[in-house]
Amino acid sequence: MAGNGAIKRDGGKGVKDMVMERIKSIKDIPPEENMLPGTPTCAGCGGLLALRHCMKALGRKIVIVNAAGCFTLLTIYPYTPFKNSWLYTAMACAPAGAQGIRDALDILIKKGRLDPDENLKVVVLTGDGSAYDMSLSSTSGAINRNLDFYYICYDNEAYGNTGVQWSGATPFASKTGTTPPGMLSPIGAELAKKDLFAIWNSHKPPYLATISPAHPVDLINKFKKAEQYKGPKLFIALSPCPPGWGIDPSYTVKLAKLAVDTGVWALKEAVFGNLKHTVVPKRFKPVEEYLKVQGRFAHLFKPVRQEGALNKIQEGVDEYWNRHKLLL
Amino acid sequence: MLTGNAAAAWGVRLAEVDYIPVYPITPQTEIIETLAGWISNGVMDSRFVTMDSEHSMLTAAGSASATGARAFTATSSQGLLYGFEMLYAVAGWRVPLVMVNVSRGLSSPITLEPDHNDVLAARDTGFLQIHCETCQEVLDSILMAYRLAEDERVLLPIFVNLDGFYLSFTREPVAVPDVEQVRNFLPLYQPKHAFFKASQPMAQSAAVLGGSSYSYFKYQMHMASQNALAVYKEVCDEFETGFGRNYDTVEGYMLDDADYVLVMTNSFSTLGKAAVKAARERGIKAGLLRLRLLRPFPVADLKAAIGGKKAVAVIDQNISIGKGGILHSEIASCLYNEKHRPLLLSFIAGLGGKNISPDEFEFIITKMIEGEDTEDAGTAQLIYTDKEWQEMGRLKGMAGKG
Ligand SMILES: Cc1ncc(C[n+]2csc(CCOP(=O)(O)OP(=O)(O)O)c2C)c(N)n1
Ligand code: SF4
Repeated sequence: MAGNGAIKRDGGKGVKDMVMERIKSIKDIPPEENMLPGTPTCAGCGGLLALRHCMKALGRKIVIVNAAGCFTLLTIYPYTPFKNSWLYTAMACAPAGAQGIRDALDILIKKGRLDPDENLKVVVLTGDGSAYDMSLSSTSGAINRNLDFYYICYDNEAYGNTGVQWSGATPFASKTGTTPPGMLSPIGAELAKKDLFAIWNSHKPPYLATISPAHPVDLINKFKKAEQYKGPKLFIALSPCPPGWGIDPSYTVKLAKLAVDTGVWALKEAVFGNLKHTVVPKRFKPVEEYLKVQGRFAHLFKPVRQEGALNKIQEGVDEYWNRHKLLL
Repeated sequence: MLTGNAAAAWGVRLAEVDYIPVYPITPQTEIIETLAGWISNGVMDSRFVTMDSEHSMLTAAGSASATGARAFTATSSQGLLYGFEMLYAVAGWRVPLVMVNVSRGLSSPITLEPDHNDVLAARDTGFLQIHCETCQEVLDSILMAYRLAEDERVLLPIFVNLDGFYLSFTREPVAVPDVEQVRNFLPLYQPKHAFFKASQPMAQSAAVLGGSSYSYFKYQMHMASQNALAVYKEVCDEFETGFGRNYDTVEGYMLDDADYVLVMTNSFSTLGKAAVKAARERGIKAGLLRLRLLRPFPVADLKAAIGGKKAVAVIDQNISIGKGGILHSEIASCLYNEKHRPLLLSFIAGLGGKNISPDEFEFIITKMIEGEDTEDAGTAQLIYTDKEWQEMGRLKGMAGKG
């Protein structure tokens, strides 16, 4: 009897990892799909699109360690869209699950009980609620111990699976189930989005990057670069979420792109703490263009225009790019 | 001479455990410090990691077990509760993790000394539970625990419980078996059901939709736990053959011809045995039954041991607030359908390490005899002495609540 909800796949011995060079254009993206279609995520899920690209970069010799969130439902007994291994843990502790697997693989290989060919990359996959809030302790521990693992956070800026409530990643002025704009609080969320990149970067991990499903070339090259480092390799993907953000599913990629073009989502990387921006728009679009197309910010425009809030958001973005002396 | 904690560490060393994620908490810490020392000196070939919490510690121990390594971890009271979510999770992963719990009362009020509300809170998780009275038993139980948990008919994690302070820091003579002898009894862990490897991708711990899949997996766990009763007997026999010590699911003390029986667990049973001896000297046919295996609950052995007795007093070193003693409830449910069931009395004693004095035992035994006459078991009695009452009054006065 296998453990609760165990699903085996015949992988065939000797599954080879793709060897990948740095790519130049979208045409160079590996055509192999490591995640099959037909998942129960919403149409137009930006997180799933980001994951699909990540999986192309990571190959099949991986084990995904998941925390509670939308993507927990990717693997529902007896189905899995993955050609790789998977372990669901709980909301707070996927990095600790990664620690146990990594250590066990290392021990078994060292003691000659596992063929080194059987080795796997260990990949944590969580939403922002887990990453920004409940998993901070377990992630900090894992980074501090220099655990050799990948962390992919699909950041839909809310607790998505529970029906879109405020999380530490929710941006200022966003409407969620627990930050409803009302007579007394017309703005919605009153707190600023946490800077998880800075929190993680304070540990000076070997590799840390933000990514976007609308920038797959940048995304894949970041994984490619990360591969050379032993230790934590961390990725945060801003992931448009049609039901949470109040957008049409066909608009996901456009919006992900707009987030970068307006400067709301800075594409960057840090190697041992040294920061570099990888995509800097030639001319920044006004943030309003990004906000006004999303249902979660509709209350900033109707019934009354919330000038103060809109200015504050634009100022926040300008301040970021000025601080990094990249605002042209 | 070894303390209970050192005996636990020796059990782990002899079981040649691969992986030990830890988090410190009194009174368990001596176990992990002992192991850390051995690993640092190279006498033990294990990987040792201090995690950020017991929640993470249990997750890492469980996931290493699910990868195919033999894992161990240990905690106490607050730590056990902090990791509670993962007890159910790891049990559902069907991995044979062995975990020591050094019992300690739960906050609040925060305290250090033992009772069993911590480990008994975990009784529904799927973990098996062995409760120990002596230091030798702690070492031996860890070896038996791996054998039991790793058996393919079982594949469930297991607690080995010992009392904080009273056993964890008590030195007793302990025979430390030879590692070759242990290898004969406990072969290498080579799981066929749980692994992560490139050639055979596997999804473990997938979500289920709907109650029928969920129920199926929970029923599987219950049946595996029931299987563990028979497997336990085999393991027990083999252990006795190999090491000459016998540990049945329950232990009787002056029980065969006893009319009045105390039921206890863990280290305070030693006090109970002394009280039984004293009662015998007064001509009372007293006896004691110590429960060792609490999950799975050894229903048949329990019935055989106390069926036909005149009266049985369950001394619960725990309290289910609003109901009473946990073990009293469990034992009562086993006896309900019996034709010749003894009068069953309930006492709460020894909470937070509170001593159970000879006078208190005498009181309990007297209550059994009176109860047998009146056929009235009464309600759960909260044991407290006059002296303690007076002392508490003094403390309350000092606190301004006199
Ligand atoms: C300990 C715990 N608390 C709460 C929950 C309920 N819960 C399940 S998923 C979820 C939201 C997770 O949010 P996030 O990490 O952002 O992922 P998303 O759902 O957006 O994919 C919550 C709160 C849980 N599973 N476990
Ligand atoms: S709620 Fe959002 S993040 Fe979750 S599956 Fe749907 S689109 Fe994706």
